[in-house]
Amino acid sequence: MEEQTKVAEKGEKSTFNFKKFISKLGPLVALIILIILVTALSPGFIQPSNLLNLLRQVSINAVIAFGMTFVILTGGIDLSVGSILALTGAVTASMLASGTSAIIALLVGFLMGGLLGFLNGVLIAYGKAAPFIATLATMTIFRGATYVFTNGNPITGAKMNNSFLFQFMGRGYLLGIPVPIFIMAIVYLILYVLLHKTTFGRKTYALGGNEQAAYIAGVKTKIVTMWIYTISGLMASLAGIILTSRLSSAQPDAGTSYEMDAIAAVVLGGTSLAGGKGRIFGTLIGALIIGTLNNGMNLLGISSFYQQIVKGIVILIAVLLDRRSSND
Amino acid sequence: MKIEMKNISKAFGTNKVLEGVNFTVQSGEVHALMGENGAGKSTLMNILTRLYGDDGGEIYVDGKQTHFSGPLDAEQHGISFIHQEMNNFLEMSVVDNMFLNKEIKNKFGIMNESKMREQARFYLNKLGTKIDVDKPIGTLSVGRQQMIEIAKSLMTNAKIIIMDEPTAALTENEIAQLFEVVRDLKKQGVGFIYISHRMEEIFEIADKVTVMRDGISINEYSTKDVNMKQLVKDMVGREIGDFYPDRNPHFGKVSLEVQHLSEKGVFNDVNFQVHEGEILAFSGLMGAGRTEIMRSIFGIDPHNEGKILIDGKEVHIHSPQEAIKNQIGFLTENRKDEGLILNDSLRDNIALPSINGFVKHGIIDDKSVNDFTNMLMKRLTVKAQSADVSAGSLSGGNQQKVVLAKWVGSGSRVLILDEPTRGVDVGAKREIYDLMNELTDRHVAIIMISSDLPEVLGMSDKTAVVYEGKITGIVDTKTATQESVMTLATGGSNDGRTN
Ligand SMILES: Nc1ncnc2c1ncn2[C@@H]1O[C@H](COP(=O)(O)OP(=O)(O)OP(=O)(O)O)[C@@H](O)[C@H]1O
Ligand SMILES: [Mg+2]
Repeated sequence: MEEQTKVAEKGEKSTFNFKKFISKLGPLVALIILIILVTALSPGFIQPSNLLNLLRQVSINAVIAFGMTFVILTGGIDLSVGSILALTGAVTASMLASGTSAIIALLVGFLMGGLLGFLNGVLIAYGKAAPFIATLATMTIFRGATYVFTNGNPITGAKMNNSFLFQFMGRGYLLGIPVPIFIMAIVYLILYVLLHKTTFGRKTYALGGNEQAAYIAGVKTKIVTMWIYTISGLMASLAGIILTSRLSSAQPDAGTSYEMDAIAAVVLGGTSLAGGKGRIFGTLIGALIIGTLNNGMNLLGISSFYQQIVKGIVILIAVLLDRRSSND
Repeated sequence: MKIEMKNISKAFGTNKVLEGVNFTVQSGEVHALMGENGAGKSTLMNILTRLYGDDGGEIYVDGKQTHFSGPLDAEQHGISFIHQEMNNFLEMSVVDNMFLNKEIKNKFGIMNESKMREQARFYLNKLGTKIDVDKPIGTLSVGRQQMIEIAKSLMTNAKIIIMDEPTAALTENEIAQLFEVVRDLKKQGVGFIYISHRMEEIFEIADKVTVMRDGISINEYSTKDVNMKQLVKDMVGREIGDFYPDRNPHFGKVSLEVQHLSEKGVFNDVNFQVHEGEILAFSGLMGAGRTEIMRSIFGIDPHNEGKILIDGKEVHIHSPQEAIKNQIGFLTENRKDEGLILNDSLRDNIALPSINGFVKHGIIDDKSVNDFTNMLMKRLTVKAQSADVSAGSLSGGNQQKVVLAKWVGSGSRVLILDEPTRGVDVGAKREIYDLMNELTDRHVAIIMISSDLPEVLGMSDKTAVVYEGKITGIVDTKTATQESVMTLATGGSNDGRTN
């Protein structure tokens, strides 16, 4: 009996498993290869100033994609993030333009994102709406609301630029590093801990893997679902604040199709759209891959039309490779 | 038709599962395949039907070396496989599931639904089950789903039928019916590979037995030349004494009491109590409502009337979380759909119901979780490479042990076990029974639903028999017999009156 019960004691035997390796580190390897390739074609890429620039460009998509990771891990999807970004950005900007203190304006904008996400969560958890449909609808509604709120015009104003805190979010530097990069890093750390070190994260995976089994094991599946869409909304509004600050204005069409970049980052990072499988580290890498592609192709002077085709092809390849390695 | 598998080998990563297995089956015989959980039985069959590739070995069909290209090809060559883990589309209706990929169509590609319904009913009738074929399959019990699987394979006109634990969730009546059909088909020249952990069945239905241990075939016997003791010894490599341990229960106070519990059309006026340290078995025919009663107590399904009392105090349970808070645990009968998260590791599965107890300053204490799961996996002799492998990669019986570990670990004071030993091998069954004794010694109250009458009689203190949603009797198991329980289960009273 004894020898048959091969329960590994602490830590598993580290036998090299190629498939496991591909599915865990594949995105990272792809990123490194991409960086080498771009550097070879355009040595300017590897300059620290360009890299910082790249990270700053990535930060907005990454922050949204971190939230999206939770959503996709449960087998859901959040199409409304771009619209939430625009609406909360506009609200924040208009409060600032009318002279509200920055702290309050930022906090209101940020929490409003949470509220809109919470609304998605209620529709999905209690209204039993399919996530795709529910967020497709709210995407349209929130976008419409943004146009109504802004009358279709950008919101700018001298008062907006009076606030140091507001400018600091999108345009500030700390130790020579753009602030959005710090925000991205802090958000990553917080969400990493939440996903991998807390019961909330465990429940997220359980919910995505088998909702019924999770429910019977005592997971409050509805509450977890609502929180997850709330997180996604919060990340979208945080990205909205960064973007608005960066541009010193709120555009009514801001964030259009950002949901696609976020979903692409999550998928490139190896998270399964079916739910239950994936890691937030992968999403970070996925966002960096997209950022490197954009940045590299800009450096190489490739037209934005071709850029889209290349991006699409990269996503396809990633998904096909992933299928390969997960199908035994 | 004669199928010979020679020298079959297979490894999953570094885990060598089969090492040179030989196995032969031919038309007109029932050849049983036995072995402990994880011995490689299902894997061998998956290789025969080419769901998995092999790493070596040959397969001969009627003396000719053959390579099926996949399960569909095997099926078209007359080999039908009833899988241990059912792969149904839970939202789709029974007929749609039965005819998936074999729809009856006219020449314009339009499906003939009434004909499919008719055929589905015909084969289900043959097995003696009446099932509404338009119901979503997910609403049916595991036993019913198993009957549907069997009917599905009868429909294919197979020459060899592989049954991987077909009876694990069936009750006596259905098993008898199934065996009749098997004998009938055998006469018509169909061959069977029959995998089961239920010893009595092997001697009742099989002509030959092959025993596997740790990925090799140990012995082949004619059933009439071998006895149970020998088979067990071949399987586990040692003798085990009695199948059931002695029980010396000490009852405490009433732990769970149910009064007048009713749900319209499902169960009616259910009353029972279970004491600390007691094992109360629930017996009955398939579809009698045993599982439904328990699901309602655990808050998965509602009830319109009645009271549930824990330690004499009424509790209101509307969800599994509330049940768990009241220290009730529930091992569901359907491990794949409700018990396990197949993609998650064994550790995450086992720790899930108890996970809130492992938090220090908001962070999960990984080391405690590890110790906890390793302890439980040892205790339940889960055969796996480590706690990191996914639950879906384990053999059926080992998956069952993982679900059991999860609820044993949750520290429940009332433990509801729905078919706790479904698909578990003889040696491990004994360990589970010992564990149940240990739990009741620690004052846990156990409710055990079981379709296996010997298990009910061997392990419980009292037996509640359910017939058509009502408890027809609660008897002291010591004085009960198979016959007396069966009489109650079919709605008759003990004076022989039938209705
Ligand atoms: N897809 C898979 N990936 C990895 N390992 C697997 C896979 N399928 C089976 N195994 C391993 O192969 C071994 C044999 O499994 P198999 O399912 O054939 O056992 P079994 O004899 O059918 O047991 P049981 O009686 O429990 O059904 C087990 O150790 C199991 O963990
Ligand atoms: Mg098996």
